[in-house]
Amino acid sequence: MTPFSPQEIASEGIKPEEYEEIVRRLGRHPNKAELGMFGVMWSEHCCYKNSRPLLKQFPTEGDRILVGPGENAGIVDFGDGFQVAFKIESHNHPSAIEPFQGAATGVGGILRDIFTMGARPIAVLNSLRFGNLEEARNRRIFMGVVEGISHYGNSFGVPTVGGEVYFDPAYTGNPLVNAMAIGLMETPEIVKSGASGVGNPVLYVGSTTGRDGMGGASFASAELSDESMDDRPAVQVGDPFLEKCLVEACLEAFKTGAVVAAQDMGAAGITCSTSEMAAKGGVGIELDLDKIPVRETGMVPYEYLLSESQERMLFVAQKGREQELLDIFHRWGLQAVVAGTVVAEPIVRILFKGEIAAEVPSTALADDTPIYHRELLAEPPEYATKAWSWTAESLPPCTAEGIEIGGTQRSWTEILLQLLDTPSIASKRWVYRQYDHQVQNNTVVVPGGADAAVVRLRPLEKAEGGNSSWNKGVAATVDCNSRYVYLDPYEGAKAVVAEAARNLSCVGAEPIAVTDNLNFGSPEKPIGYWQLASACRGISEACQEFQTPVTGGNVSLYNETLDSDGKPAPIYPTPVIGMVGIVEDLTRVCGQSWQQEGDTIYLLGLGVEISRVEPDLTSELRECGVTLGASEYLAALHGTVAGKPPRVDFYLERRVQEACREGIRRGWVKSAHDCAEGGLVVALAECCIGGEMGAEIDLGTPEIDRLDRALFGEGGARILVSIAPESVPEWEAYLTEQLGEHWHKIGDVGQQNGSLKVLLNNTPIIEASLADMGDRWHGAIERRLSGYK
Amino acid sequence: MAYITRDILAQPTRMIWHQDTDIDDIDVIVIPGGFSYGDYLRCGAIAQFSPVMKSVLAHADRGKAILGICNGFQVLTELGLLPGALVRNRDLHFICDRATLKVERTDLPWTREYSKNEVVSIPIAHGEGCYYADVETLKQLEDNQQVVFRYCTETGDVNATGNPNGSLNNIAGICNPQGNILGMMPHPERAADPVLGSADGLKLFEGLLAISLA
Repeated sequence: MTPFSPQEIASEGIKPEEYEEIVRRLGRHPNKAELGMFGVMWSEHCCYKNSRPLLKQFPTEGDRILVGPGENAGIVDFGDGFQVAFKIESHNHPSAIEPFQGAATGVGGILRDIFTMGARPIAVLNSLRFGNLEEARNRRIFMGVVEGISHYGNSFGVPTVGGEVYFDPAYTGNPLVNAMAIGLMETPEIVKSGASGVGNPVLYVGSTTGRDGMGGASFASAELSDESMDDRPAVQVGDPFLEKCLVEACLEAFKTGAVVAAQDMGAAGITCSTSEMAAKGGVGIELDLDKIPVRETGMVPYEYLLSESQERMLFVAQKGREQELLDIFHRWGLQAVVAGTVVAEPIVRILFKGEIAAEVPSTALADDTPIYHRELLAEPPEYATKAWSWTAESLPPCTAEGIEIGGTQRSWTEILLQLLDTPSIASKRWVYRQYDHQVQNNTVVVPGGADAAVVRLRPLEKAEGGNSSWNKGVAATVDCNSRYVYLDPYEGAKAVVAEAARNLSCVGAEPIAVTDNLNFGSPEKPIGYWQLASACRGISEACQEFQTPVTGGNVSLYNETLDSDGKPAPIYPTPVIGMVGIVEDLTRVCGQSWQQEGDTIYLLGLGVEISRVEPDLTSELRECGVTLGASEYLAALHGTVAGKPPRVDFYLERRVQEACREGIRRGWVKSAHDCAEGGLVVALAECCIGGEMGAEIDLGTPEIDRLDRALFGEGGARILVSIAPESVPEWEAYLTEQLGEHWHKIGDVGQQNGSLKVLLNNTPIIEASLADMGDRWHGAIERRLSGYK
Repeated sequence: MAYITRDILAQPTRMIWHQDTDIDDIDVIVIPGGFSYGDYLRCGAIAQFSPVMKSVLAHADRGKAILGICNGFQVLTELGLLPGALVRNRDLHFICDRATLKVERTDLPWTREYSKNEVVSIPIAHGEGCYYADVETLKQLEDNQQVVFRYCTETGDVNATGNPNGSLNNIAGICNPQGNILGMMPHPERAADPVLGSADGLKLFEGLLAISLA
């Protein structure tokens, strides 16, 4: 007889066939605590049972990779003794239910992943998605999430230096909150998580354990519904000051050399940390719950084991040196106890009130977990093929004066201004102004100033007799155009990686490695799995092409909301790519804004002319051109989400990015900005607004099919740069050699507070004053928030 | 902060633990920014009870220099070493930005390297930086010329546009009547390293050093 009803089993997130497997593994029925442990450890969040076969294809090795996937964070070698740890993680479901604490503890969790390795966190970035700001619920979530990130990051004392924010109805009720942290290794040895040394003591350090966040990992691996609001106890509450003490105590403890292994208690708390440390070390752990410091009374083993109370860690210490470590934590005002021992038998044994409360083979929980190989759709799903059948010919005709949309004649200037007023394109100043982006005194490029963040690498302690002028930096970006991925997961995912590399190149950084956050819908649905599998294939291929191995990441599935009719509404598939790059010389870093009137403006990559449509070219090759498919223009102006996203030409991408980096290294390039959402003209406008200078652009007399594609089409591996007149001959000679015909001199930087003028076929197409452009772009988000106060 | 005094200015710098009591060797105390004890109650409200604070008060009594930056300024007002209080920003949000300040006095060690009415750009990063004091206190501050820095526009106009957080009289930093204690919300140490784009804050430390070393 099963001691649990089907409902009880299901409430732990365990499927009937998984329950049978548990019984087979144990040779008996589990008790309630054990069932709970399996429930969280076999959740997608902890064991990647749906995504593991797909993640395997990612390139994970390279000369600079010191630690790849599987540990708390990846670590890469930045040379000159610098080792950089970085990782991205999601906190989507908690943020949907309780935006402030959900986002705050998301930041807390990723910071712990970094310092568990022995690295001091030096920067945080965020990738955020919300529904449209016109809806009150979305505004509440948006404001709460930003405040939560601000609260935790600012108080902890780590600068939040960059990120991206998009608004789209696809995220209504299911926001995405992905936080990426970067750390600089401070301890002599990288601290790993595999337990070892039978008889070594197991230390519990940090905060106390309570009932908060019970079963958060399972909660994160299910669809959200109206009833999810009742799951609010599954959201944890963060204490950034305690975490600040914890980072100092941990780094101090690691430096003693007495710590054998460390694991942060994130999802699934004590269960996850004990079983993962044991499984990785091929040993067992016996832990006594009576030793665990608690914040409330009357807790049962099930609650201890599934609690997700924040700011806790588990250490394995060298036998005999535990007191030394306990003293460090006590000095920082933190809890620290010896709560268990490493044992030879590979099991996790939990003691409670002198009895065994749970006993499970550690690999059953953390290593040898279920895997689902799902059937991939043989053909792309209907929604995609239907979207791909769209062509620009279905749009109204264009003239030099503009285009008629929905019965209204719109000028190109008006359309540019409307795009600048789109919250996804507009300035995110309202967001990043609430983040302390300068604390620690290493932020070289502040948010809004460039396509990627740049942070100086500087050890906290001055090296013995060493220099005090630190000139090396880490550049970082998080990117994902999820409309591209939705419309073509494979091509879209490639484009995401390409854009991340391009953004790093625009500040002058060499792309090095990737951490990925796969935010998708349910993999149990054929379309959801097709999106996930196709995107993974795209990421894998692109990371190989750019030689940026994946060092780890996070998978967040079941991002779907059920409406009151019970109909699931999946989010756009959103594989966020966090990429880090090396800046060898901080004095040669580039921003996106024009620097000087009279500088010459170049467009690198594909020009505005129509890609040559030779009858003998396959349609695939033609799609590498600049297109309106999947563009922001198409969505924002025509209300159409269709077409194929631009296809990445890896060869051209690499050449263009290399040219940009070399131009910055040589000091020729004074500003660089990639063309993303909104295409060429929006990118030009952003360069103008940032530099408070206009631009005179002449696009010549190219052969074009449609004006709107020439102005607002996306793709084409494009970067806009400005060059001082005296560097022009050298620069052009270099470009001819490097890029052949794929560069275009398109104009000059205009006067301060002037306007952006675009000429095509000798006809003025756009003239927008800096005041108008700035007003739309700067105020778009604030206007939408204040209009409802 | 330690990076600026130790590495940029090459001065002996010692970090002081909150439970220390012997700080007689210190010439200049800097109470830096941050979130002391988490600041969950009210900024600086708990920090004033740190064991080390008794020694800080003794240090102040002897007329030695104390600089409170951001959270340090809040702590100094909680301690009563400086008048007034710092309350929630006008728009209720945390603000991290570059603020332009007008230097009101140049006869202090802190500001002697600046010129009178000089406009400098110094980063701010605070949620509770709106300076508040009652009418009487405010009048005394003005009469005694204790306002050292005021928020202003880029062109040096002291008005509402140039006031990021709603501080009364655009106050960004004040000193005690003797001038040895300075509290300010902006972060001069974040504008003291040319690699990061600005060195407007460096003069504050240099001025103090010129006096101490003379």
